[in-house]
Amino acid sequence: MKYHAKVIVTLRKSILDPQGKAVEHGIHSLGFTSVENVRVGKFIEFDFEARTYEDAKQLCTEVSDKLLANPVMEDFTFVVEEKRERSQ
Amino acid sequence: MSRIKIGVVVFPGSNCDHDAHYVASTILRQDAQLLWHKDGSVGDVDVVILPGGFSYGDYLRCGAIARFSPIMKDVIRFAKNGGVVIGICNGFQILTEAGLLPGVLLRNKSLRFICRTVPLRVETTATRFTNKCTKGEVLRIPIAHGDGNYFADDDTLQQLEDNGQIVFRYCDEHGNVTPEANPNGSRNNIAGIVNDQGNVLGMMPHPERASDSILRLTDGLKVFYSVLESFGISVPNTTVVSE
Repeated sequence: MKYHAKVIVTLRKSILDPQGKAVEHGIHSLGFTSVENVRVGKFIEFDFEARTYEDAKQLCTEVSDKLLANPVMEDFTFVVEEKRERSQ
Repeated sequence: MSRIKIGVVVFPGSNCDHDAHYVASTILRQDAQLLWHKDGSVGDVDVVILPGGFSYGDYLRCGAIARFSPIMKDVIRFAKNGGVVIGICNGFQILTEAGLLPGVLLRNKSLRFICRTVPLRVETTATRFTNKCTKGEVLRIPIAHGDGNYFADDDTLQQLEDNGQIVFRYCDEHGNVTPEANPNGSRNNIAGIVNDQGNVLGMMPHPERASDSILRLTDGLKVFYSVLESFGISVPNTTVVSE
């Protein structure tokens, strides 16, 4: 079965995010002054083959934990879906 | 021992590899070789240097992909067996990603790439990387990085402090460790650390850019001379003349 994963990597809450702060200033300059707590993260998606949905989640966890995110400073969440042929 | 073998790993995107090789061969007069990242082994070297640069374009996170280069498996084995490893700048980032050193290097607090010579205070001389220095001595060595903001959680930081694993701290010209002297936001002004075994050094500043008198900066030599001394190689009595 073919699967599609969407992984979101974010800086841990305890870690200062200067990039998020800079973006926040930009948003304020746009005039949206009520916007706060801006954090910048990463979005990664990929396709892969797995036997079952459980296997697919397992693979995605491993890829995220070992490479896509560094647990010292980042958290990750992901969504795994079956990839249907020819649909989009 | 009259000479040691120093291997400098070349990753795609390394750009301080030749400087490190030049210092090892021409300045230190040791046997130096470049090691390709796809090699499966570091061979019979005594010291491995992971040089500065932008391995794999700093994609994903600095050092995150280099950490999975084929040679890194052997670098990890080499380090676990007590082999001497020096990670400079991007090399330091790779060492943290590989789990050979604790913590991580975050984006500079200012979000700016910083390239300038900074004063560093030598926090301990009880390492094979600083035995030719004096405690509290101020070295002047260049930094050049966008992600040098050292972070570790409170417990890890406390362990580093308690074990004397913090080797260099950013300081002012007089050796005072102050928030103003911290260029990148590193916790506790950390510029360089060793692992608990004391055989792996990671530092953001570039000692190889401060080792040739023609550059008028030679404090980096003290780091390299310390390593040679730890192998029983006699080295000139430091205090190399700057200017």
